[in-house]
Amino acid sequence: MKIVYTRRISQLFFLLLFFWLGFVATLGTAWWQLRGWPVNWFIHADPLAALGVFLTTRTVQVGFGWAVAMIALTVIFGRFFCGWICPFGTLHQSIGWLSYRRRPLIEKIKANDYRPAQRIKYGILTFLLAVAFVGLIADGAKIARMAGLSRIAAGSLQTGLLDPISLMYRSVNLVLLPLADRTVLVTSLGPRWYAGAGLIGFIFAVALALNIWIPRFYCRFVCPLGALFGVIGRWSLWRIGKTNPKCSMCMECETHCEGACEPSTKFRPSECVLCMNCLRACEDNVIAYRTYPSAGGEAAGVDLTRRGLIVSMASGALAVPVMRLNNLLGANWNPRLIRPPGALPEEPFLDRCLKCGQCMRVCPTNIIQPAGLEAGLEGVWTPTLNFRIGTSGCQLNCVACGQVCPTAAIRPITLDKKLGRNAFAEAGPIRLGTAFVDQGRCLPWAMDRPCIVCQENCPVSPKAIFVREVFIPVREGTHVVAHADELTIDLGSSALAPNIFATGDYYCRPLPAEGEAPHRIVANTDALITIDPNRPFAKPLKPGIKVEILVRLQRPVVDPRYCIGCGVCEHECPVTGIKAIRVTAENESRNTERKLLP
Amino acid sequence: MTDPLENGSSMNRREFMIRAAKAAATVAASGYIVYRFRDEEGPSAVETRPHYSFRSFAVPGTESRMSIVTGANRRRALNAALDAIGGMENFIKPGDRVLLKVNAAFALPPILAATSHPDLVSELVKLCTAAGATRVVVTDHPINDARACFNLTGIARAAEEAGAQVVIPRQDDFLPFSLEGGRLISNWPVLARPFEGITKVIGVAPVKDHHRSGASMTLKNWYGLLGGRRNVFHQEIHEIIRELALMIKPTLVILDGTESMMRNGPTGGSLSDLKPTHTMIASTDPVAADAFGATLLGRRLSDLPYITKAAISGAGTANFELLSPKRINMNG
Repeated sequence: MKIVYTRRISQLFFLLLFFWLGFVATLGTAWWQLRGWPVNWFIHADPLAALGVFLTTRTVQVGFGWAVAMIALTVIFGRFFCGWICPFGTLHQSIGWLSYRRRPLIEKIKANDYRPAQRIKYGILTFLLAVAFVGLIADGAKIARMAGLSRIAAGSLQTGLLDPISLMYRSVNLVLLPLADRTVLVTSLGPRWYAGAGLIGFIFAVALALNIWIPRFYCRFVCPLGALFGVIGRWSLWRIGKTNPKCSMCMECETHCEGACEPSTKFRPSECVLCMNCLRACEDNVIAYRTYPSAGGEAAGVDLTRRGLIVSMASGALAVPVMRLNNLLGANWNPRLIRPPGALPEEPFLDRCLKCGQCMRVCPTNIIQPAGLEAGLEGVWTPTLNFRIGTSGCQLNCVACGQVCPTAAIRPITLDKKLGRNAFAEAGPIRLGTAFVDQGRCLPWAMDRPCIVCQENCPVSPKAIFVREVFIPVREGTHVVAHADELTIDLGSSALAPNIFATGDYYCRPLPAEGEAPHRIVANTDALITIDPNRPFAKPLKPGIKVEILVRLQRPVVDPRYCIGCGVCEHECPVTGIKAIRVTAENESRNTERKLLP
Repeated sequence: MTDPLENGSSMNRREFMIRAAKAAATVAASGYIVYRFRDEEGPSAVETRPHYSFRSFAVPGTESRMSIVTGANRRRALNAALDAIGGMENFIKPGDRVLLKVNAAFALPPILAATSHPDLVSELVKLCTAAGATRVVVTDHPINDARACFNLTGIARAAEEAGAQVVIPRQDDFLPFSLEGGRLISNWPVLARPFEGITKVIGVAPVKDHHRSGASMTLKNWYGLLGGRRNVFHQEIHEIIRELALMIKPTLVILDGTESMMRNGPTGGSLSDLKPTHTMIASTDPVAADAFGATLLGRRLSDLPYITKAAISGAGTANFELLSPKRINMNG
């Protein structure tokens, strides 16, 4: 079998595997749901993610062993990941092939010319790694007690913005799967929603559409993972090359050259994605994959100018310090940013989050959403909770998000830890924030309407929402008694809308009120009020005295000692525009300086 | 053919006729299209669709039957309670298709007694099947994440192992419904699809504290048949329960007071919220069942206005003693 067919089978296999792993990242116990499936395999096989997290945290999670294996294989074989495994690369290659299929030979060859702009991706890689590396400097400065340096130096993990694996996970999790599953509803009971999916989908679509212009546009000009493989691959043992400098220069080898690495002349090993198309196309049989450098010569190393290197390094080093001038990590923290249960404190969280959307995909209630600018520019597409969009709040007995997070930005906690049970009883439950009643919008507080849906649904015991019972006179609710007995009051004339006070929530009492508990109204006509026969008036009210009609209200009050910020109350609140009870991040467990209680 | 205007020569009669005919046809066609689709009134506010309606699932001749069994074992107490009112065969006939409306509102384990107990569901499914039911459907429209509710409560597994079909509702399982004489349930989505082909309905609910209505038992359990933004009805909780009592006439209700949730309801969440009241009630009258259930919570009828309201509306009787309930003590 020809090597090109083997490559195509490999590409198809990994592309289908990618979609399958995305599909099975569904909470449930069926064989096709999240059980033992390695749903993070592609992330863990991604050296850029591994290197990024290593720079920000100085640790390599065991899952990233796969990435180390990829690096080792690249040193031996070259950039095979791009041409044989990367699912994003496979999509690019397919579209590029479709676009150029019918074009004349000369156009195909021209499309695959090496362009100096291909060095941009090395600049992007340098920038992203510099962003992460400054975190390491900041940590070192702290240890060395260099106060000034530790004040300015700050880094975070931003590789996920352009890392093709993160980008692909994000696009599949938040755009393609929700769109595909909408018609059949296999992976969820109802449609899934993601705030800002439009932008994520747009970026994905543009990245794919650029292949119509130049094949593998993203891979050649943008991809920081490809750049990393390019840097590693320049030392690879095996490589493509000519066995003889002389050939007929028919350029067939470059008609389908995916990497634009110029195998016909001076070969560029760091650009070659090992598509092997040249091997197949060569009519003179001078192109081979072997351990010798090309007889046609090789372009040494990576084509990044010193000026470009310095600019990208310097801007990367300064990016986070500049962004953090907004003080979002300090006093100006955003209370509407609610991280999933088990999330690290904000700074270490930003050191690990890849913005891959795995937590958003798995969340059974669909409340984990990609952030817009809630967490600042560095927190774009990181997870934040939105209790209006989903089907409930954060479920008490669920820890799925931490279990799928590939970098433990959301730690894999147990239910005992989440709920503060058994060994964690002393530490208490994990709090995401605190619910606050908006007394200007809450029906019993602002509009004299009974409600307390929030209290009813509060899932903790004892409930974090309790009620204060009050009796409030209704609007224009004072009337004069014309005639009365122990159970009825006759107002003598048409004064009331029939039965409006018969709901069980309305009471009446004579004025002036002298400490007597109000009597519940069970029925009313336009002139007659009937009270609960279980508690009649001791003696009939005298004609001429005034009675007032009251509504019994239970007004919700939050007890911050018990509130865990799960957001069930906010989700269930019947005031559906701006909710009358809302969770903000005050008192969240992960950032102790945001404590609400002494 | 070249255009005569373009090459400078004048139009001949034949070409003029053809052009004029084309122009006339265009004008006529567009005029007709506009006339055909003209809208003189603008869109109407709300389209009214044909409404769904529930039939009565009560078995004639079994009205006003009730039994109260004291015992800690749910399966045994249920069997005793059903035997006391004539046995399941009295209610379920061969060929019947039964729907069990359980309470699966919250994603909590069965030990916390916030939901219908899986043992009870399993035993009911078996009894229905033994009585000849050809199909048993178990359903509810929960509050928490629906799949988690059915799984964590143990209801899905118990029902499926006993041979029932679990229906977790989706959007299109709801159809608009208007209760005759109803004020709140008017053009409101209700869980209708699972009722297709159903001939008998059994309500299965635990005894629970509920701060707004006073208690959540068999009548409040019908809340789970409502779809849409049903939380707005909490503003008139007693009225909505009264209308629910009129909306559905079940074959039977089972009120499980084995562990009653005395406080922190209807979610509970702690064993300390529960009291072992060890009582199982079977009744063809949900109002009477709830009236008795209130005594397990130590509440008077005046604490639960919806019971009296439902009784006055004709949904049942609040004075359960009028049914001469059969009382059985299994503790000896």
